[in-house]
Formats: sequence, C-alpha cells, structure tokens
Amino acid sequence: MSSATTQIDSFLDREYAAGFVTEIETDTIPKGLSEETIHLISERKGEPAFMLEWRLRAYRRWLTMRNPEWAKVSYPPVDFQDIVYYAAPKKKADGPKSLDEVDPELLRTFEKLGVPLHERARLAGVAVDAVFDSVSVATTFQKQLAEQGIIFCSFSEAVKNHPEIVQQYLGSVVPPSDNFYAALNSAVFSDGSFVFIPKGVRCPMELSTYFRINARDSGQFERTLIIAEEGATVSYLEGCTAPMRDENQLHAAVVELVALEGASIKYSTVQNWYPGDENGVGGIYNFVTKRGDCRGARSRIAWTQVETGSAITWKYPSVLLRGDDSVGEFYSVALSNHRQQADTGTKMIHMGRNTRSTIISKGISAGHGSNTFRGLVRMSPKAEGARNYTQCDSLLIGDKCAAHTFPTIETRNPTARVEHEATASRIAEDQLFYAMQRGLSAEDAVSMIVNGFCKEVFKELPMEFAVEAQNLIGVSLEGSVG
Amino acid sequence: MLEISQLKASVDGKQILRGIDLSVKAGEVHAIMGPNGSGKSTLSQVLAGRESYTVDGGTVTWQGQDLLQMPIEERARSGIFLAFQYPVEIPGVSNAYFLKAAVNGVRRHRGLPELDAMDFLAKVKGEMKAVGMKEEFLYRSVNEGFSGGEKKRNEVLQMSLLEPKLAILDETDSGLDIDALRIVADGINRLRSPERAMIVITHYQRLLEYIVPDFVHVLAEGRIVRSGGRELALDLEERGYGWIERAPAKGAAPAAESAR
Repeated sequence: MSSATTQIDSFLDREYAAGFVTEIETDTIPKGLSEETIHLISERKGEPAFMLEWRLRAYRRWLTMRNPEWAKVSYPPVDFQDIVYYAAPKKKADGPKSLDEVDPELLRTFEKLGVPLHERARLAGVAVDAVFDSVSVATTFQKQLAEQGIIFCSFSEAVKNHPEIVQQYLGSVVPPSDNFYAALNSAVFSDGSFVFIPKGVRCPMELSTYFRINARDSGQFERTLIIAEEGATVSYLEGCTAPMRDENQLHAAVVELVALEGASIKYSTVQNWYPGDENGVGGIYNFVTKRGDCRGARSRIAWTQVETGSAITWKYPSVLLRGDDSVGEFYSVALSNHRQQADTGTKMIHMGRNTRSTIISKGISAGHGSNTFRGLVRMSPKAEGARNYTQCDSLLIGDKCAAHTFPTIETRNPTARVEHEATASRIAEDQLFYAMQRGLSAEDAVSMIVNGFCKEVFKELPMEFAVEAQNLIGVSLEGSVG
Repeated sequence: MLEISQLKASVDGKQILRGIDLSVKAGEVHAIMGPNGSGKSTLSQVLAGRESYTVDGGTVTWQGQDLLQMPIEERARSGIFLAFQYPVEIPGVSNAYFLKAAVNGVRRHRGLPELDAMDFLAKVKGEMKAVGMKEEFLYRSVNEGFSGGEKKRNEVLQMSLLEPKLAILDETDSGLDIDALRIVADGINRLRSPERAMIVITHYQRLLEYIVPDFVHVLAEGRIVRSGGRELALDLEERGYGWIERAPAKGAAPAAESAR
C-alpha cells in the first residue's frame, strides 16, 4: 500500500492551525517559584486572606513531594524555577467592565480560534469564559444565567464575590496533597472557570471555557470548579490551544466537579494544545488532575474527552461514586502522532450501592506516537450490586507507533460486576482499498475509517463540539445524512 | 473502451497473470470463467488498482488513457466499479454516509452538482427498493454484521448509485442461495445499457442463466485459453474445466472471434 501510505503520512503531517502568537503587552512576574511568588500572585489577584493561606499550605506540601515517574511517558526533568507563573494581558485600570472594553487584539485572537466572544455573533445556547494565559478575559451571557441563580464566572471573580462557596468546595474533591501537580496547581493557580447551578435548575445553555496559552516561558495553571446542587443539570465544554514554540510549556490544571443528589454534570473536552513538531521539539506538557464527585444519590457525572494535542498528556478524569445509584461515565479519544506521548485513562471508584460506570476508550497511534490507556475500577466493600463496563480499543496507523493498555480492577464486594473488553487493530489495507475503489481519496478514506472508530465517543459530545472534534481528527461530518 | 494487451501480474513474487488479452466495448457483457487459482480475481484487482499486485508487463488502455498509471480513486471516478467478492466491513461508518461520500466524489469528477441530503436520500431509497434492501441498512455500519446476501445486495446498490461505465463483478454469485442470486441478478440486469460494459467473473455457469453474457472467456493458469459465446459456458458446465485444461486451445483468442 505504498502510495496510500504516503498519502496517509502527508495527511497526518498537516500543520497545527492554532500555532500563531498574539502580539500583546503582557504583565508578567519574574520566573521562579517561592513563597514570594505566591504572595505576588495572590496580591495581583486581590485575593482574600483565606486564599493566600490555602496556597501557601499547598506550596509547603508540594515542597515535600516528588515528581511522579510511574506514567509511561519520558521527558527531561521540568525546571520549576524556569517558569513564569503569572502572565496576563495588560489592561487599563481595573479591568474591563464589559466586552466593549476588552482589548480588540484579544477578541480577534479568540475569533481566529473560532471562539467569537460577541454574544450577538455566537450561536445561541453557548456561554463562554475565555482564559488567556493566566486570566479570564471575558465571560459571556453572565446576566441571563444569573436570572436563574446560575453563577458562571472566572475563578478569580468567584473568590471575590462568592468566597463562602469557594471555601466550602475548593479542594474537597482534589485536595492539594493529592499529587505533585495538584499541589503545584493549588499553590500557583491563576484563573479558570467557576460554575454553580442551584438546586433544581437545569442550565439552559452549554457553558464553555476556552483556554489559550500565549506568553513565552509561561505555564498555565488553571483551576475549574463546578457544583451542581440537588437535581441540577449542566453541560460544560472546554477547549484549548497554544502557539507553536520550540520550548516545552507546562499546563497543570485541576478540575473538580461536585454533583449532589440527583444532579447531572456532563464535562466535555477537546484538547488541542500544540503537540510539538514531527521531531518532538516543543509542545505542551499537559499534566492534569480531573475528578468528579458523585456526592449524592442518583447523581451522574460524565467525562468526554478528545485529546489530539500536547507533547505529553498525563491525565485520568475520574469519578468517585459515593451516592447510591450514582453513575460515572468516561468516553475518550486520544490521538498521538509524531513523537507525542499520551498516558490517559480514568478511575471509577465505586463506594455507593448499585453504582454504575462505563468506560469507552479509543486510542489512535500514528507516526512515532505512543498511546497508553491506564484505568482503575475499584469496587469498595460497600458497593453492593455495583457494575462497570470497560471497552478499550486501539487503532494503529503505520508501524512505528505503540499502544499500551494497563487496566487495574479491584473488587472487594462479591456482588459487584466488572466487564472489560479490549481490542487493538491496524487500519486495514482492504478497508482503504474498498473506500478508494468507491472514489474516495486516501485522505478521506483514512478520516472516515478513523472517525468510524471514534464514533461511540463522538456521539457523546455536544453537537458543536462533535463537529470540531471530527474536523480535528480530519474528518468531514459523519452522520450529516440520516 | 477497455483494451487489455499481454497483461502480466504477480503477487508476492508469484506470477499469476501470464499475458491476458481482452477487448471490451461499451454495451457488452463479458463473462470470465475458470477454475480456482486461474487468476480471475487477480485480474479484477489489478484493473481496480490494488497495490499489493505488481504489474510485470503489458498495457491496459481505458477510454484512451493508460489505466495502469491512474490512482485507485481516479479509476473509480472515471467509471470503473468493482463489486467485491468479499465486501469489506467498516465499523462505525454508516452506509448512508459512505454511499453519499462515494456518490458525490464521482459526481464532482463528472462535473455534476453534489447531491444534498434530501436528494440523496430520495435517490438511495428508490434504488434500495429495487434491490430489495430495507431502509435500516442505510443507518447500519458499512457491511458490518450483514449476511452474505445482504453484502452482495449492498454491492449492487452501490453500483446502481455510482452508475459506472465498466462494472467488474467478482464472483458476485458466491455464497448466495437461489433467491438471493435472482434478486442480485435482476439488479445487475437492470443496469445493462448500451453505454455500460460489464465483466462478470464467476466460477459457475449458474449465474449466466440470469445474466446472459455476450462473450464467455475461459481463464486457466493466467491466460485466456478459450473465448466464445454463451454456449461455451454450457459446454463447460457439461464437461468441466478439465476439458479445457487437457486440451488447451490457441493461447489468447480475441473476444470477437468465436471458439466455434
């Protein structure tokens, strides 16, 4: 399949479209990390004392921890003194009061990325929080949402305007001591999104945050906290990109979700950080801790992720199934091409009775890419009647890539049921030939086959994101007919 | 329309086609028969452009162009259709999506406007009725979990939608019971036209009772060893391939010359 292979290669070699740099004046603090840095960040953000204290405790904890080495990824040690921990676009006086006051250069940047912030211009039904380097530059539809008691704002605003909620929930799902990068994030996090859906409210639109790293040498440490009270429902989307740079940049986020009784949170991510070039130079290190807590009975948390970017991805969106009859879901597509390394998966911790979880993971490896699924399903002694279904499929394109699967299953309850299925396949020459004999180009044929492979995950994404995900994987819209 | 001259091809270093000569004109239906391993399927794969086969010599002229230089998808768009002996499954890709992508690819090539979803559905539903396929097959993954007969019907459906100039049917009758065979053959017969040529590859005479060919060629050991009219197929049925192999006639008879 020589010529088809060449065509697949050129298709996989497409440029990273979001790789541009925005020329904008930036307010940065000096490189390096110390207690002073944390004071500086907290001061810049005008935070209350409890927040500074919390950060410092996390920092002191971090100093006692070591960089984890168990993941199947390799990279040179990160020099934590060589990172800028706070970078923000310069703004006049007190910060923009409305969109009209936001630097037009920033608006243009987000527009170029396909995230227009003008509410009029947006498709109805999606509210956006745009985060540029360390700060949120704009959040749309806040007023309309507030009418129903929904709080959707940047994390900084939440700390100032709703400190009691932040204090109650921050770190309650991912404590600072959880892991090395969670501790680091807790010490230096700059901004992120905050969502609060009050009791019984069904959020009327998709909420979305778009993360953009722009400044050189900076790391992005964002913090997201989503709380759905009893019976509340919300669907939240997250997108991310970064310029093409030769150095590696660090992105270490923490996301916490809390679902109280009967609440439902759907969290979708399309991650398109700069993956580095074909020789593995540059790219984002994406070391993220994402965890949801099904605290109440009959609550539900679903993670859907499409991971196409980053030089290294290290993340395991997980669900703690505490409430009886609660449901955890994880749908993932991870693509690693060139020299990309992805070690991703999930943890489903069953604690309540009759809790259910589903894991569908699709790994695609191409070029010299390495793709690892790592999963943990734990059935605690109290998880009477709990069930899990795991399906883990790998698709290999070419003969230099790798796919690994490390599932761990711990069952301490005899009534719990766990199913695990795994497949690995190569993109088949006969599938390509068949599609091309029907007049499809090699490129279209590959995208179609890959898209078909990912379908079970894509169908979990909200419509708008499904389109973006398919385009990212290089696909014209499957399912536009019928 | 199609001129094959002294075509030689091998796979994995093993010579399969040892000099095929065949001339096909618009409107003609040629049957190619032969025992297992004679090179029937290789011929169809080489014409469609499968890269695992190596062409070692000879020429193929298709509508005045050098077919062997054309990429797979160009051959398809220019009107060559291969109905597969073993249609391939593509999980997760709906038949509707696949068919629409194929139809519009070919239409673009022919300078016709692409069909939108509504027009496409109207067209495909009509054609499905003609080959006796239920509408649910539109929304199932391409060939996945289809029975043998359903897969073959799906091939005929694709053929009728793509309106090829040359249809190559590779053992379309294999694995079909008599009812399925009749439905598939009816579908193919509907597509016979003065503008369209067909090459029907089959092991058994049975299919030719339904699809009556203008010419019959017998392939043995990579060469066409005998050519004739419909009655040649009947002779074969009666006397078996051994008869041809034991008494090979002149090497490669041009299609127009009858063996009798």
